[in-house]
Amino acid sequence: MPKNWIIKTIEIIIFIIFLFFLLVPLLSTIIWSIALRWYWPNTFPQEIGLDYWLQALGMIKSLTLGAVNVIPAFLLSLGIAIIVVLLTMSIAIPAGYALAKLRIPKFLKGLILILFLLPRAFPQQPVFINLMLVFNKIGLTGTVGGVILVHLVVSIVYAVWITTSTFSSIPPELEEAARSVGASRIRSFLKITLPLSAPGLIASAVFVFLTSMDEFTGTFFIGIPFVTTLPMTLYSASGSNIQFASVIAILLLVPSILFMIIIQKFLKAEYLGGMGG
Amino acid sequence: MAILKVENLNKNFGKIRAIQKVSFEAPEGKVLSLLGPSGCGKTTTLRCIAGFENPDDGKIYLDNRDITNIPPEKRGIGMVFQNYALWPHMTVYGNLAFGLQIREISKEEINKRIKKVLEIVQLSGYEDRFPRQLSGGQQQRIAMARALVFEPEIMLLDEPLSNLDAKLREEMRFEFTEMQKKLGITAVYVTHDQAEALVISDKIVILDQGKIIQSGTPKEIYAHPINKFVAGFIAISSFMEGEIDSFIPEEKKVIIKTNDGLIIHGYNNNLSLGQKVAVTIRTNVIKFVEEKELDLQEKINIFRGKIIQASYLGNTIDYRIKIGRWEVRTNSDAKYNFRVGEEVFFYLPPEEIVITSLI
Repeated sequence: MPKNWIIKTIEIIIFIIFLFFLLVPLLSTIIWSIALRWYWPNTFPQEIGLDYWLQALGMIKSLTLGAVNVIPAFLLSLGIAIIVVLLTMSIAIPAGYALAKLRIPKFLKGLILILFLLPRAFPQQPVFINLMLVFNKIGLTGTVGGVILVHLVVSIVYAVWITTSTFSSIPPELEEAARSVGASRIRSFLKITLPLSAPGLIASAVFVFLTSMDEFTGTFFIGIPFVTTLPMTLYSASGSNIQFASVIAILLLVPSILFMIIIQKFLKAEYLGGMGG
Repeated sequence: MAILKVENLNKNFGKIRAIQKVSFEAPEGKVLSLLGPSGCGKTTTLRCIAGFENPDDGKIYLDNRDITNIPPEKRGIGMVFQNYALWPHMTVYGNLAFGLQIREISKEEINKRIKKVLEIVQLSGYEDRFPRQLSGGQQQRIAMARALVFEPEIMLLDEPLSNLDAKLREEMRFEFTEMQKKLGITAVYVTHDQAEALVISDKIVILDQGKIIQSGTPKEIYAHPINKFVAGFIAISSFMEGEIDSFIPEEKKVIIKTNDGLIIHGYNNNLSLGQKVAVTIRTNVIKFVEEKELDLQEKINIFRGKIIQASYLGNTIDYRIKIGRWEVRTNSDAKYNFRVGEEVFFYLPPEEIVITSLI
């Protein structure tokens, strides 16, 4: 079958191009993070070493490399992201369940979903500047609490939308069957709907986590000068020192990759089987 | 085992009146079918009994206990859903054990009961399968087992066989009847399939547009449908319409005249002179008569028609015959071999045709 052969070849070529676009920027970032000396017209750095990594991770304290310590920033970002995930999901799960399963009039449902979307429906800078003015009055600017609130506003729309569609995809009879054999409403939810919607809920939580880890604009307006998350550190490093910027960029990738691995472990075949109905 | 009583149930969805004044009693240890076309309110009625819908009005009693406002989990009613609603993330064992674990029954007892119920539905040894590893028929049996395993007082079934293929559906009808008789459980069975209802039911309630039209045993309903709708719904039938022209009191007969002048004799005691009626002709009542035999017949209810369609079905042939402005369908022995367009004579035995009021 010559046609099959052509299609296979085209597929492989497209795959290689994809990999190229995906990996080359990453590769250049990795090279930059270990380049000690790299001047034009050299294709590769003249001198490589882990000095910037060690300095960034606080393992050496060299005065010549500049004082960037990303560990506190990384831990702060991680802490904020975890709290944001917990807060967002504790709002999004009940909200999504209510929107999907309860008999809410259609217009009201639309109104609620638009309400969650509203902060994201306008250009972000004006929204955050206004938010900053409000937060200024109540003393939330420059605090971790203020930054957490901003991240919550940014991520909740996606979380609610994803959880709503996840819960909607689970046939109501499954919960009714649980109730008919004697399970209370709460038990039916915990034992039937929740495990079956786990993939969607985890996807939603991961999305919120990554949004929070990456969030820059809101953090910038609300958090400065005291709350320096990893993206803020990356921003200040990128102007002066491309090696530090590369180190931070790679560090920002770590949680995403870790999460992908965890999800793969967690998404058991049974759950995926459940998604098909 | 219990008696279920439904009294004056009303339920509206917005402006749609789903059920109106529905009342019936499900006899103890018997099968009651709610039969009707889609949208007739049979499923809504069932969901009210299960507790998934709150009726706007009316009462539901289980053994004289008012359960109208009790949440579904406290009613002790087993339910089989149309799409089975097995929990895909649990094995057969998990599906069956769930209701028992809630009741805090010991593990040995749970294992014993699951073993027993799987024997009843003939799926012993399937404990560790997931629902997706079962065929449609097996899923259906597990759904049945799940509704039975916690030994409910009554069992509700919402078109449980409608997702199976025709052959399996017919087998399952008999299996269900056998199982129900053995367990002696009271069952309320929703279906739109009249053949299914006739086979499995001790009592049939026919619903249309949210109202009960007729209720009775399968025989009563089949032999004495209350109107044209029931007659047409309970069996494949053709109709001729007309009005009561006269009575023959000594024979308890009625004579009907159609508006194109045909005279039909039949039996029915509850009709009055001039009333508009439907003559129901089921597919098995038409007797073909050869022209030379015509003199030997009683001369009543003999008609001349024209074959307009013939479908060969193996041991029978399905004919559509045009008589006057009416078209009747008959399923006749393959020994009668008529061609399309041929003129035929046939006899309608007065005791076999059904005369009902039009509405």
